[in-house]
Amino acid sequence: MDSPVLAIEHFSAGFGETQVLKDITLSVLPNRVTALMGPSGCGKTTLIRCINRMHELTPGATTSGRILLHGEDIYARNPILVRKKIGMVFQRPNPFPTMSIYNNVVAGYILNGIALKRQEKDRIVEDSLRKAALWDEVRDRLHKKGTFLSGGQQQRLCIARALAMNPDIMLMDEPTSALDPKATAYIEQLICDLKKNVTIILVTHNIAQAARVSDYTAFLYLGELIEFGTTEKMFTVPQDKRTEEYLSGKFG
Amino acid sequence: MLQAPTLSEKKRSINDMNGTGVLLRIFKDYLFQTAVIVGSITVFVPLLLILGYIVRNGIAAVDWQFLTGPPRPIGEPGGGIANAIIGSAMLIVIASIIAVPIGIATGIYLSENRSSRAAVIVRMCIDILQGIPSIVVGIIAYAWIVVSSGTFSALSGGVALAFIMLPVIIRATEETMNMIPDTIREASLALGVSYTRTVLKVLVPAGVSGILTGILLSIARIAGETAPLLFTSFGNPYMSTDIFKPVDSLPHIIFNYAISPYPEWHTKAWGAALVLIVFVLGLNISAKILTRRWTVRF
Amino acid sequence: MHISSDRIFKTILALAGISIPALLIAFIVTLLIDSVPAFLRIGSAFFTETTWDPVAQQFGVRAFVVGTILTSCIALVLSIPFSLSIALFLGEYYRTGVWSTLLKSAIELLAGIPSVIYGMWALFVLVPMVRSVQLQLGVPPYGIGIMTASLVLTVMIIPYSASISSDVIAMVPADLKEAALSLGATRYEMLRSVVLPYALSGISAGTLLSLGRALGETMAVTMVIGNANRMPDSIFSPANTMASIIANEFAEATDPVHLASLIKVGLLLMIITMLINAAGTYVIRKKTLNQ
Repeated sequence: MDSPVLAIEHFSAGFGETQVLKDITLSVLPNRVTALMGPSGCGKTTLIRCINRMHELTPGATTSGRILLHGEDIYARNPILVRKKIGMVFQRPNPFPTMSIYNNVVAGYILNGIALKRQEKDRIVEDSLRKAALWDEVRDRLHKKGTFLSGGQQQRLCIARALAMNPDIMLMDEPTSALDPKATAYIEQLICDLKKNVTIILVTHNIAQAARVSDYTAFLYLGELIEFGTTEKMFTVPQDKRTEEYLSGKFG
Repeated sequence: MLQAPTLSEKKRSINDMNGTGVLLRIFKDYLFQTAVIVGSITVFVPLLLILGYIVRNGIAAVDWQFLTGPPRPIGEPGGGIANAIIGSAMLIVIASIIAVPIGIATGIYLSENRSSRAAVIVRMCIDILQGIPSIVVGIIAYAWIVVSSGTFSALSGGVALAFIMLPVIIRATEETMNMIPDTIREASLALGVSYTRTVLKVLVPAGVSGILTGILLSIARIAGETAPLLFTSFGNPYMSTDIFKPVDSLPHIIFNYAISPYPEWHTKAWGAALVLIVFVLGLNISAKILTRRWTVRF
Repeated sequence: MHISSDRIFKTILALAGISIPALLIAFIVTLLIDSVPAFLRIGSAFFTETTWDPVAQQFGVRAFVVGTILTSCIALVLSIPFSLSIALFLGEYYRTGVWSTLLKSAIELLAGIPSVIYGMWALFVLVPMVRSVQLQLGVPPYGIGIMTASLVLTVMIIPYSASISSDVIAMVPADLKEAALSLGATRYEMLRSVVLPYALSGISAGTLLSLGRALGETMAVTMVIGNANRMPDSIFSPANTMASIIANEFAEATDPVHLASLIKVGLLLMIITMLINAAGTYVIRKKTLNQ
């Protein structure tokens, strides 16, 4: 058994007076896909936004408890350093509109003012695009704007952008919710391939997607962690009645 | 809201079911539409008259010498408006140097703190600032700069114009920045990019065409302003490039020549008006083309 | 290091934001302080006196207030039929198409013409026209005067009220209009009973905002109003507005009380336009928030 790369300990979060997450405790193992699922409003998006400290950007956001990355509390570190270590892919593809495909991939370096040699950049771009299974489609138009790609390609470009920073963990917030079924299947395959390189935490409201791609699944309901375990176990013998009801489509 | 018209319509339509009432109603409808069309088309009359006069009288005055030559005293043939063109350019540059940075920064501030109380107050002040008559802005620039420096100057005129420019640039910047989706900002922050770099390297480049459009429109707006210059840049019949001395400007020279008793100067006023209007409308058209050609896709 | 540079950046932005209210306050304070000599020497006679005679040290603003209100209100009344027509044309009858594009460009062009050019055109073209009308009517043929200023102001404010009003008219919900039409109302009846009542507050706001513009308009008015420092006795007589008296006398005013009185006229003008604009903006904001 590997030691966990990320440990969430008694973590709560909210907006102003409203408590969105209540006392979550959860460990994420390296090179696995961990799915966070639950009906809308259950706090799954808030939880992953806490993991790279994006939650606190919303005015009135509150947090308590600890989130440990390699045993170190991320809330004791500078959020900018945390975000460089923990990449994120959003619900809607959001390539930088003014940048070429090439610059989008190395955007994390450009925007952070990290100077790279030309060959170094070329290597990162090719490597990240290959990992994101986009290289063959865009290799001849690397200097076109990223926004001219299709939705599925844009999302893979965003994955490549996150991979280029060589993160320990990649957070994916319903990455296929804005995509058509074919592009969705492509991204799901990609997620399975990527776990060789990176630990993935995936938010999804799609039960079937969690079953298809994840190794571990956490079920959240009304801000509480109801059940957490291997995907196989949860989908075959759920421990909690609410999990069972959710999986059989009784709510959500 | 819906009910009042519903009832009255109903009553009327039942009364009018028979014969002439309907015809009369259709006739009234037709009459009203005709009145709307005629009333609308009428605005072309003053527009075409004004443009027609300027082009017809202006073209006769404008030649190379007119654009590049200094003015000559009345009675001497020839003479140009080069001093006014240079003066206008100086005033616009001075105003832009002051207003563009403050305007863009304020626009970003408003867009970044959209619903804060401070932003509401600042927005209200911008509304008020924009509504202040330009002649009053001239008084302010006079009181602040002309009085303290003891002389009319290009600088004081530029400051007056900067106050007029500011609200336009702020508005354009704020509206442009508000249109950039939040997801773009999040993408940058999630890569560990600092707030400063996110704003300056991601958001501002994404909004640059809108901001530039705002700057062009604000220049078009101030290029024709005369009232605030009457007692700030004051006018100067000689060529001057000293920002601490009075300068002439296109709108000012139009005013002085137009109210003069000399027909030769009237011709020059038409010529200067043609130059000014080509410049102002050119800026407006460039702003339009800029928005159309250079829109950032999100 | 990043944290501190972010803080500096945010501070710079906030300073820029605060500079706007600060500027506004500084404007008002400056005008107040610089008009003090006029308060001391003239006192309330400034508001009650009709005589403005710098040589005799008499500075009463009444004639100019009357001149300003007359020119602006005549212009407003004259502009309403046209701006309302354009608003209905663009907001209801022809929302798209060649004619609406053409009309929109015409309005933008009118709005873009500098005020001094309007003034010059009025001086050379409108003044002779008005003069010949005056000859026909048997009134003194000055040509210049309140009526001429109002005419040029009319053309200048049409673009503003028309574009605000057409936006408001276009905002009237389609289902309300369809409800009226489905009951057998003609388009005119639908406009009169549904659209205009619905858009009325927005149209009046547009009218208020264009009044605010008309009140402060300087150059075009200055060039054709006749520069007469007395109470106007007819709509054709030469006069001065608050803005035009400043334009005409400020640069030559050497006497401190004269200068302070002109600044006080400016202060008064600013307060009046601020109130009018505030009312207009308030109505517009309320209207858009209700949507």
